[in-house]
Parts: sequence; C-alpha cells; structure tokens
Amino acid sequence: MAILRYSFYRFGTMLLTLLVVSVLVFVIINLPPGDYLSNQINELKASGQSAGVAKAEFLRKEYALDRALWEQYMIWMGFMPGPHGFSGMIQGNFGWSFEFDRPVSDIVGDSLWLTVLVNMAAVVFVYATALPLGVIAAAKARTWADYTSAFVGYLGLATPNFLLALILYYYGRKYLDIPIGGLMDPAFEGQPMSWAKIQSVLVHLIVPTIVIGTAGASAMMQRLRANMLDELGKPYVETAIAKGMSPSRMLAKYPLRVAFNPFVADIGNLLPSMVSGSVLVSVVMGLQTIGPTLLTALKTQDMFLSGFVLMFVALLTLIGTMISDILLVMLDPRIRYEGRDA
Amino acid sequence: MTHLPDGRFVDDEPYDPQQSILELERRDLDAPNWLLVWRKFRTHKLGLVSGVFLLLSYLLLPFMGFIAPYSPNYRNADHLYAPPQSVRWVHEGEFIGPFIYPITAEADLETFQWKFIPDESNPLRIPFLCKGDSYKLFGLIESETHLFCAPEGATLFLWGSDRLGRDVFSRILYGAQLSLTVGLIGISVSFFLGILFGSIAGYLGGKTDWLINRMIEILRSLPELPLWLALSAAVPSNWSPVAVFFIISVILGILDWPGLARSVRAKFLSLREEEYVRAAEMMGASSARVIRRHLLPNFMSHLIASATLSIPAMILGETALSFLGLGLRAPAVSWGVMLNDAQNLASIELYPWTAIPMLPIVVVVLAFNFLGDGLRDSLDPYS
Repeated sequence: MAILRYSFYRFGTMLLTLLVVSVLVFVIINLPPGDYLSNQINELKASGQSAGVAKAEFLRKEYALDRALWEQYMIWMGFMPGPHGFSGMIQGNFGWSFEFDRPVSDIVGDSLWLTVLVNMAAVVFVYATALPLGVIAAAKARTWADYTSAFVGYLGLATPNFLLALILYYYGRKYLDIPIGGLMDPAFEGQPMSWAKIQSVLVHLIVPTIVIGTAGASAMMQRLRANMLDELGKPYVETAIAKGMSPSRMLAKYPLRVAFNPFVADIGNLLPSMVSGSVLVSVVMGLQTIGPTLLTALKTQDMFLSGFVLMFVALLTLIGTMISDILLVMLDPRIRYEGRDA
Repeated sequence: MTHLPDGRFVDDEPYDPQQSILELERRDLDAPNWLLVWRKFRTHKLGLVSGVFLLLSYLLLPFMGFIAPYSPNYRNADHLYAPPQSVRWVHEGEFIGPFIYPITAEADLETFQWKFIPDESNPLRIPFLCKGDSYKLFGLIESETHLFCAPEGATLFLWGSDRLGRDVFSRILYGAQLSLTVGLIGISVSFFLGILFGSIAGYLGGKTDWLINRMIEILRSLPELPLWLALSAAVPSNWSPVAVFFIISVILGILDWPGLARSVRAKFLSLREEEYVRAAEMMGASSARVIRRHLLPNFMSHLIASATLSIPAMILGETALSFLGLGLRAPAVSWGVMLNDAQNLASIELYPWTAIPMLPIVVVVLAFNFLGDGLRDSLDPYS
C-alpha cells in the first residue's frame, strides 16, 4: 500500500512541476518581441496590403493576443474563459498554428507517438548496451576489454550527435543498405497500421536509436563500471570467490544488484539529455518526430505550436522520471521512507 | 669523513635513523596542497597531456590570425569546394622544402562539377613570415605578417575550401576563438549562479533551501536543447555578432547551473556543522564572510574539476545551436557555423573535407573530459 501512496504523492508533485513548467514555457515563447500576428500586421501595413490586416486583427481577438500577458497565459492553459469560453490545454485544445493555418493538434498528430517511440527505443538501447559493457569493463578492469570499451565510450561522449548520424547513414547505406532519413517508407505515411508499416518503421529506427542512445550509453557505462568497481572490492565478494562460486554467477548475484540502484535512478538524468538529443537528431535525419516541428515553430515565432511542443517534451521527461522514481522505490525499500518524509 | 682501515669512507656526522625518516614524512605532510595535487596529477598521463594541449590551444587563440594563411571570410571565387592540397617536400627526387603544386579549376561537363587539377611540373615553395590579409593581433594590433601563406599566384588550401571558396583550415583556426571561449563564458555564468544559489540554499536552509531545491529539480528535469533553442530563437536578428555570441554563451550557462548548485548545496549542508564555522560565527563573521572565506575554499578545487567536466557540454551545445541555424550567425565563424555546410549527406559524400571541423570538436571535448577526470582523481591528495 505504501507504494501506492508514494505513487500518488509522486504524481501530485509531477503535476505541480508541470504547472511551473507551463509558466516557464509561456514566458519563453513570449520572449521574442511582438507576436506572430502583430508582426504580420506590421508587415502587411508596410507593404500596403490592407485586406489581410483585418483578418489578422480578427485572429488576434480570436486568440486573445490583445489581452494582458497573464490573461493570455490563463486562457492558453484553460484556467480562464477566453473568447470561446474555457478552451485551453487542460480542455484538450492546444491552440492554433498561425504558420500552417491549422489547429496544432492536426499538425503534431502522428509525430507525438513517433517521438515517444524513438525515445523509448533509445532508452532500451542504452540499457541493453551499457549494462553488459559496464559489467565486463568492471570485471575485466585494466585489460584490453576495459580500455576498448572506455575508448569507445569516450568517443561516443565526444562526437556530436548529428555527425554520428551523418556518418552512420553514409556507411549504413553503403554496406548494409539501411534506408536513409525518415521513420518509415514514404509510401506508408498517413496509412493505417499494418505489419509492413511496422517493419518499415523498425528498419528506419536502427540508426536514430544508435545515434540518440550512444552518448547516454557511454555515460551510463562509465558510471556502472565505477559502481561495480566499488562493490568488487568489498569483503562479500571475497567470500563468494573463496567459497568457490563461478565468477559470472557471483557477479550477477551480488555486486550487480547493489550497483544497479543508481543505474535505475539515473534515468532522471538520462531522459532529459536523450530527449534533447532526439530533437537535434530528428532535424538532421528528417525524422517525423516533434523536433523539426519545434524548429520551424521557433524560427517563425509560431508561439502556440512551439509552446505545445515544449510542453509535450517536458511532459515526456517528467513522466519518464516519475516512472523511474517509482521503480526505484520498488527495487530498493530503503528509499521509500526517506521519500515520504521529505 | 673518516677513512677506515679496510678502505671504506664513513661520514662523521651523528646519525639518527629515526630522525631522517621523520624528516621525509614531515616534508610530505607540510607540502602545500597544490604541490600534492600536482604530484598526483602528474601521474595521470592522459589528463596531463590533455591539460597541456588545452593550455596551448587557449594560449594560441589570440595568435590565430598570425597562424592562419587566409582571413576567415576571404573568398576565392575560382576555387569553390577545392579539395585539400597536400604539402610536399620532394619534387622529382629533389628536396626543395615544403611546397605545393598549384591547382586550376576545370568544369567537368558530364558531372557538372568543378575538377581541380594539380600542375605537377610546377612546384611552388610555401613562403614563411610573409605579407597577406590584414588581421588584428589580440584584436588590437594591426598586422599583415602571417606564419606562412599561399605562394604567389597559387592557393594554399590545406584542408580544402568550402561552398564559397573560403579556406577551411583558416576558418577552423578562427572558429576556435569563438567555439573555445563560448564554453568558458558559459561556465563562468553557470559557476556564478551555481555557487550563489547553492551556497544560499545550503547555508541558510529552511524555506529558502526548499524553494531553491524545487527550482533546481524543475530545471534539471527539463530537456536542455529545446529550451536552448527556444531562448536563442528569442535573440533579435538585428543584433551584432559579438552581442549574439555573448548572449548565446549566457544562455548556455543559464541552464547549466542547477547541477553545480546541487553539489555546492550538499557540501554546505555537511560543512555547516563543522567547529570552525561555529567559531567564525561566534567571532561575529557575517554569513557572506563565512561562505566566502571559510566554506568555499574547502571545495573550490572540487568545483573546478566538475566545471571542467561540464565545459564540453557547452561546446557541443554551441555547435548544435549554430548547426541548426539558431546560434552564432554567418559573419561570425565557429565550428558549428562551419558544420552547417556539412549538413547533408550529399556534401559529405562529394566534399568530405567540409566535415573536418568535427575533428577539433571531438579532440577538444575529449581533452576536457580527460583533464576533468584527472583533476577529479588527484584533488584529494590525502586519500
């Protein structure tokens, strides 16, 4: 039961955090001087086209851009009735994209679940590679296995993501015939789910997953190695060896379990950087995730669109962190009591 | 000195074995902290090499104009996308010192590309300490002398030229000036904010601590890059390159401080209870003085190590922002701005040298990582 109560508590703090984040996001999207429509009005006036001005003025009223900033925020979030009653984020109305002249929910559509998919695949990749490599590096410390994995890890940390993407695409295409760009064959875009579509998505996912995951995997591998080395020096390891346990069984049974806790907790650090990486990589690789949308929205000052994308990205990391926190409490009973008191 | 009958020499000075051992230990124990740190750091070879490399790179920054043969925005319209020219020493079995073969561009009418054909009968020596484009040493002293430049009537593209016929090698050198300092300015901002908030939270505790802690948690849980993008999208496009450069470095630093503040706070929480802090307080020292004089010096070195480790993130951040077109802008030269040219596969395949700026990025980031690791390992000399 305690775990349930902790989950509720954790969910509550997440909502509060999200509220603060929404204020932050709103401030950030309003930082550039003026807004999309007033800029457009100025432009139209300057070029002497008065026909468009009336429409833009109308839209300004429609989206309450002529009100005070705090009122705009309340209307955007749906805490206060706007020109059309309560209709904001919490009511599921994500606003209007001026650049594309369509509702925001229309534009992001498919890219939402693709973003989630790409990031989940990257997390799985990080754990699947960092775990064995970290353990091997620690168990065979100061041998060539350790040095090679450390070297690869450092290289992974130091190479900018987008370069890795270009290089992998180039060689992937040349030698392995991996398709370039996008997350699925263009033929499947907008098509309903089918087995062929899923296959196409999976093949396209290979390179992005590696690219997004590499930096996180190298960081995590190094940390796991350090944790494992700390544990390997402890007396219980000596006891296990002395009583004749096989080394691999001993590793998996004792030190790994202790070294594993920080590993799970680390997802809180891992996720933000991973989502960051996926935004950048998506732009370079032309993935149909939310990244390219964010970039165009920011460049054209399409504030509702960029605001929604920023909120979504934040929500994604917050949910991920929450899940990892709850998992951690389930794994390690010592943490629960601290968490509730604090 | 006594000469013994069996031929040995013996020192007459009184000898106390105990004392000489004590003396040795005493010298070690009394050595200043920095000496102990240095001794330990010296054994960390990779860190040492990286440190020397970084020191040299930063010291050379003001002299980049002298080393680079061209000015960063000089366009050679006849040599667009020229491949790297290799420096040779021996021409037809005869040693003539460093020279190049001049290249001329010819249009290939089948592929519609420029082809560059070296004239192998005409070796041209590279002149040293010669006159070229004017530049400013330290940004102050006007000069025209370059370490080496292109031979008369030929070009010298050590690492090729880019889309507009600008020398990639020179641009990388100039780009280092911005790309390397972005990290330093960013880290100073983050250092200042991190220590300020971390020490206030850790020393005062209570409500302030709670508030700052929540702030740290929220900022840490957000993905950095989208926020960086959003903030730099807000930089007005009519600002001068210098102003843009400063604001971008500040933006990079603004989102980095929470990590630092957290470790500062944790240290303060444990150090706050020490006797010497209470003693200082009883003598009437103000909070600011206690923090500055008694607490901060305790873990400054630790902070420097962690700062070293977070500079690479900023260098990579600047690269990413400029690469996406939201960071530094065109007349300014940085590695990220240069890589903007290498954005698509076609240019990597046809003109691989436009991706050369990735090498200095990887090397510098690796060097900072090794240096930081070395510092971290050696900062606790008593362990």
